[in-house]
Amino acid sequence: MGIRYLTPEFEVVRNDARCIRCQACARQCANEVHRYDADLDMMLSDEMQCVNCQRCVSLCPTNALKIVHSDCRLRENANWDNAHIREVYKQADSGGMLLSSMGNPEPYPVYWDRLLINASQVTNPSIDPLREPMETRVFLGKKPSRIRRGENGELDTTLTPQLELSMPVMFSAMSYGSISYNAHESLARAATELGLYYNTGEGGLHEDFYQYGPHTIVQVASGRFGVHEGYLQAGAAIEIKIGQGAKPGIGGHLPGIKVGADISRTRMIPEGSDAISPAPHHDIYSIEDLRQLVCSLKEATAYTKPVIVKVAAVHNIAAIASGIARSGADIIAIDGFHGGTGAAPTRIRDSVGIPIELALAAVDQRLRDEGIRNNVSLVVGGSIRSSADVVKAVALGADACYVATAALLALGCHLCRTCQTGKCNWGIATQRPELVKRLNPDVGSRRLVNLMTAWNHEIKEILGGMGINSIEALRGNRLMLRGIGLNGKELEILGVSHAGE
Amino acid sequence: MLQKEGQVRIPSGCAISAVISTDGTRMTGEKIVESMKPMHERSNGLGGGFAGYGIYPEYKDFFALHIFYDDDACRTDCETYLRSKLEIVREENIPTRKIPQITDEPQIWRYFVTPRHTLLNSMQLDENEFIARIVMHVNTLCDGCHVFSSGKNMGVFKAVGFPEDVGVFYRLEEYGAYAWTAHGRYPTNTPGWWGGAHPFALLDRTVVHNGEISSYDANRRFIEMFGYKCTLMTDTEVITYIMDFLLRKQELTLEEAASVIAAPFWSTIDRKDEAERKKLQYLRTVYPSLLVTGPFSIIVGFEGGLMALNDRLKLRSMVVGEKGDRVFIASEEAAIRAMEPDAENIWAPAGGEPVIVRVKEGAY
Repeated sequence: MGIRYLTPEFEVVRNDARCIRCQACARQCANEVHRYDADLDMMLSDEMQCVNCQRCVSLCPTNALKIVHSDCRLRENANWDNAHIREVYKQADSGGMLLSSMGNPEPYPVYWDRLLINASQVTNPSIDPLREPMETRVFLGKKPSRIRRGENGELDTTLTPQLELSMPVMFSAMSYGSISYNAHESLARAATELGLYYNTGEGGLHEDFYQYGPHTIVQVASGRFGVHEGYLQAGAAIEIKIGQGAKPGIGGHLPGIKVGADISRTRMIPEGSDAISPAPHHDIYSIEDLRQLVCSLKEATAYTKPVIVKVAAVHNIAAIASGIARSGADIIAIDGFHGGTGAAPTRIRDSVGIPIELALAAVDQRLRDEGIRNNVSLVVGGSIRSSADVVKAVALGADACYVATAALLALGCHLCRTCQTGKCNWGIATQRPELVKRLNPDVGSRRLVNLMTAWNHEIKEILGGMGINSIEALRGNRLMLRGIGLNGKELEILGVSHAGE
Repeated sequence: MLQKEGQVRIPSGCAISAVISTDGTRMTGEKIVESMKPMHERSNGLGGGFAGYGIYPEYKDFFALHIFYDDDACRTDCETYLRSKLEIVREENIPTRKIPQITDEPQIWRYFVTPRHTLLNSMQLDENEFIARIVMHVNTLCDGCHVFSSGKNMGVFKAVGFPEDVGVFYRLEEYGAYAWTAHGRYPTNTPGWWGGAHPFALLDRTVVHNGEISSYDANRRFIEMFGYKCTLMTDTEVITYIMDFLLRKQELTLEEAASVIAAPFWSTIDRKDEAERKKLQYLRTVYPSLLVTGPFSIIVGFEGGLMALNDRLKLRSMVVGEKGDRVFIASEEAAIRAMEPDAENIWAPAGGEPVIVRVKEGAY
């Protein structure tokens, strides 16, 4: 046996006095950490396999388990921290790229936490959402620059297609493949019940879910997985995915281990093959090519559906958004570098892209400076963690927010960040039938509806506090925000004053 | 350092009042000044003003520019600019009366002008847009100069002081108007600047406003896409530009514009018949950024009429009354009684319900 460079990251602490040997932990752990030894009548642990997903902890009937960070550490070094050294060991072993999941966990600034919201005092009454109407309905899509009238002077009320949202939040793209059938069903049913939309991601649409089409956004990414005419026509809107916050500049990754029969049929690819999308769309090498794809998709759907163009927040995002706003797209979705993923190269996830707060502020201002803000709606994600983040995003200028990680958390995700292994013990980021069935779509959709309902209550309460009774009066209303602990340049980009100003 | 108006946003409460003769009968300014007295407590002496319609019949085809100047130097520069763009047929100081209640006045000038037609043609603009751009230019780029009135056959008169004193200062008893609006201001944090008083005006449209809108920055950042520059950072300024944008540039009717800025709630819209529902939904979908929230009562003056409007929750008082051919609108009934003790049909319009009063066609 060779030298083992990597030591377990986590330690399974089992209180033997409490353990009743029921072996629930062993049955629950797809990573095969727990094992019962009949001769010893003891539960044993293979801690090398533990990812700290907390499934065993949650399911242990006697609370006998806890997972802690191993205190077996290398000698402290402020430059060469433990993570960097471990990653060198891994790559020296494998010769491969490091793969990770979910959003960038590194300690970069979170600007949402450096923004504070206003409230009314004396000069202007706050409004009580329990006693007065409080509106969060939003329409996404292009707004005409001029009204038209008929012969008798009546308003011509025809509009280019719009998406109607009951609150300014949608479930962001997560492909069938990266997440499970039951996770998709939960999202689709919750979106329908809430009057919102979920997004297929780039993995096509399972035939069972066409019934939720009016609340589905179908995605077209560079791999074109599962894209055909019926698919385009099934959704309420079509999203062209150019990039994703977790991995700007590269295409989607679905490890072959997750490509079973159902996924294979939905994606229209061979079973067990890695589904690696090309880095660019090979029919989009420039902005004028984007316009052609936007128009092609509109032709294919008879101009009945809005087209969203989703891009990752990168350095010159304002200029990129300006180009997209003139491409015929109806909605621009921007994904910040904290956005999640089912699998991305670690180095890219942790070092590429910019925070969504800065990208949003820059794009909204740029589109206004150019007088084209009305051409498009702006949807932002990556990452929106709470209703307060939603309120701050809308005040900075967003029409709506995309949430995905928060939705997965509602479904039971514990952010162990190992989706790429396909062994999700919570039945979310897996295709193994015995794991998938752990997520009950009745329960999952209920929890998603609860989460969004709770957020909507909170949004209304915060709006009322500001003396605002409709979400559109908050959009771009940056006077309602103040920065805290930000430098002059950051305030300038965000377009907000500092607290106390 | 205390920041001046325009450098900082200043919320303010207020009193408003208006009268209009639907027959187009000219009324001197005494009554409207009188109406502000019982509402003295609603102002704090930091701003008052009036707008009169039909006051310059002898120059009714010319735009009347009322301008504040800090000094001769900026006036000379500004006049050079104006002469390069406009034919000026008459220029003069606006007559005022020296009274101890009103001090520190700037230079107050009035010009009757018409656009240079060669410029108008080469720029392919109508004369309203041409004049509006000149007003924006002076107010944003000419330091120490502020155009505070720019319509035809109408004028704004405003100052730092209590409104009843401002009326005396400007000798409003010498003007005859078929419609008057008035405003007394209660700003919460300002050194008092003449340009910051109300009414606020662009072309023939004036706005007096009581309230503090919570949608201010959403409205401002939207309207600034269309060439407007909000230099004063006041609610009234942005409402004036919104009305100009909706009525003049988008050519909405007054009722439609009211349905944009004080849009009915979705729950109300959903209950309407199909045609009405489609229209209201369309307006809210197309102009979401022009919804004005927070408390306001406004009176919009325009050539030939007035429109009064409350925010959709009716968070500010406003009443309407009538007597003969006169219609009165004010923050308080007492103000109406001060103008017409026997006013009839006093009623409080519902939130978001526009009250539009027009002078008979041909009578203004």
